[in-house]
Amino acid sequence: MPFWSNPAVRGGVYQVTVLAGVFALGAYLIDNTLDNLAARSIRSGFGFMAREAGFELGESLIPYEPSDSYARAYLAGFVNTMKVSFAGIVLCSILGLFVGIARLSKNWLVARLASFYVETLRNIPILLQLFFWYALIIEVLPPSLDAINLGPGVFLSKSGLLFPLPLYDPAHAWVGLAFLVGIPAAVFYGHWAKQRQNATGQQLPRLLPTVGLVLGPAIIVFLILGAPLTFEVPVFQRFRFVGGGELTPEFLALWLGLSIYTSAFVAEVVRAGILAVDWGQNEAAGALGLRRGLVLRLVVLPQALRVIIPPTTNQYLNLAKNSSLAVAVGYPDLTSVTNTSLNQTGQAVECIAVMMAVYLTLSLLISAGMNIYNRVVAIPDRR
Amino acid sequence: MYKKIAMAAAGAAMIAVSASGSANAGPVLNAIKQKDFIQCGVNTGLAGFGIADSQGNWTGIDVDFCRGLAAALLGDRNKVKFTPLSAPQRFTALQSGEIDVLSRNTTNTLTRDASLGLHFVGVWYYDGQGFMVPRRLNVKGAKELNGAEICVQAGTTTELNLTDYFRANRMTFKPVVFESAEEWRKAFFAGRCQATTTDVSALASVRSVDAQNPDDFVILPEVISKEPLGPMVRRGDDEWFAVTKWVLNLMLEAEEKGITTENVDQMRSSTDPTVQRLIGNRDEMGKKLGLAEDWGYKVIKQVGNYGESFERNIGKKTPLRLDRGLNAQWTQGGLMYGMPAR
Repeated sequence: MPFWSNPAVRGGVYQVTVLAGVFALGAYLIDNTLDNLAARSIRSGFGFMAREAGFELGESLIPYEPSDSYARAYLAGFVNTMKVSFAGIVLCSILGLFVGIARLSKNWLVARLASFYVETLRNIPILLQLFFWYALIIEVLPPSLDAINLGPGVFLSKSGLLFPLPLYDPAHAWVGLAFLVGIPAAVFYGHWAKQRQNATGQQLPRLLPTVGLVLGPAIIVFLILGAPLTFEVPVFQRFRFVGGGELTPEFLALWLGLSIYTSAFVAEVVRAGILAVDWGQNEAAGALGLRRGLVLRLVVLPQALRVIIPPTTNQYLNLAKNSSLAVAVGYPDLTSVTNTSLNQTGQAVECIAVMMAVYLTLSLLISAGMNIYNRVVAIPDRR
Repeated sequence: MYKKIAMAAAGAAMIAVSASGSANAGPVLNAIKQKDFIQCGVNTGLAGFGIADSQGNWTGIDVDFCRGLAAALLGDRNKVKFTPLSAPQRFTALQSGEIDVLSRNTTNTLTRDASLGLHFVGVWYYDGQGFMVPRRLNVKGAKELNGAEICVQAGTTTELNLTDYFRANRMTFKPVVFESAEEWRKAFFAGRCQATTTDVSALASVRSVDAQNPDDFVILPEVISKEPLGPMVRRGDDEWFAVTKWVLNLMLEAEEKGITTENVDQMRSSTDPTVQRLIGNRDEMGKKLGLAEDWGYKVIKQVGNYGESFERNIGKKTPLRLDRGLNAQWTQGGLMYGMPAR
């Protein structure tokens, strides 16, 4: 038999050829782009990243000054993207879980309301929803001069929600350390309780000791050190309240818009996951004498999660990518920073390339995290 | 926003794919003559500068410049198609060849000259960046704006000027940056920010259109930057560059010489050699530029001189109520100085 008839050889040759073709095409495009940029006297390269950015950002979690570099500005924008993505993922999961369960409720009104929620929200484009939330905040709320006082030091206005923030005290580091010690203690207790149950059949209370072990040491250390806690309270200056913690209207609109939109999809995923578990599983677990809560935790959820995790990963990725709509409502995310940098430097190819690389990285990170979690909840024996 | 990314990506792709051959003499000019219209990049909607009405008719002084080009080159002011561009889109659109000329209140700066592969044609409007605040805040000057939230539009020199001004005066501010001009205006007039900043002409423009009551907003006296606005073309076609440059100068010099749409027919028989060079065929000015001999006549007859365009679009009788100021003729104490056509 001639070697070219060998399927393995042929397959290998095909793959190498295609791969080489793809690389050659990529190299051609890059080389041609550089040539043409040079021919048109358009400056290229990433040298601008080290230069002073010179523009201010509306909000940043990391310290940022206009005198910092473009790279730093990009980082600040990326951190803002992470912030709204993370907060959005948490909120959309909670909302989606509740609405998804509500759609399966035997209560007619609750189930209908949940259906209405899902069908309305997932069928209106996200950009319109963002405009809606933003318009709601800046049109309905009073200007910062006449901010609504929601409680001691809490003010709501067109300038956002401002609230008192605890000031850092050296004692807080010890509290944090005690908290970190509490977590392994709780995990250890859980193991021990399970082993004991396996050995003796006796069940120990789980919830209270776990909470106590996690929070207890931290609270005790906090009290021993004299409960040092002072708040930075927002104070009104010439135009608006300054100081303390702040949720800007831009962040609020983006966060609410993204979370609520995505929660409609997550709700459907949750519903599908629960329905995917055969009712016979419930009955069988009940026949073994398990209580309702244990049936859910030990039998239904492990099987439902197997169905829920992969499509939920998609929704999380959508949320993270949709966060680039932030520019529409003025939130200084990565896209916003890219826009400004692009305009100031004129280096469109580089700026867009960096942005695409960063979004790709963020998406791959979320994907990787969810895949790990998926492996944990997957049923090991099934292939 | 996706439009912008798509455009930038398309621009990159076009640059990547198009052959990198050397520029022939006048590729843009030849292409325009062949397709018989000029593709002109303008503002997405800035009253007085570039804005489309409900029938899709474009008006504004930036628009008039493109109409002047069409009249000079193709003999008909209507042989122009407009591409509305947001601030971040505009340079990519020109670099990639999607438009032939960018006439979209764009500031001439060193960095733009040096790094974009584009040419500034000349100054079409001398502007400067200023601030606008709601009257009820009782702010008298920009120095009082310490700590304010300031609404700005993305992708302009505005952000940099604003930051420079506050840094120089050791003040702080909080920018709220919007991608689209519409969202920026909506947010400011809804009261999201205590101030907004852009070129003074644009402040007057949006105040006249978007404010419920224009008198509720004041433009502060400080002008914090120089913003010479003008059209741009791509490098690589010097003949096209020359045409754009001289249509600009023609419209300026026609005003100086008092040639208007109304009197251009009478002036055609004027004995003044300068007038003859502008709108007649003396010394074959049109031929030197590769244009028809009546190019100047057509521009003035169909579009008018610079002053006419100014008064029609942004002058005292329009809602913008802008003074000629720096944009008066040099003979009237302004900076507008049409270079001699001879």
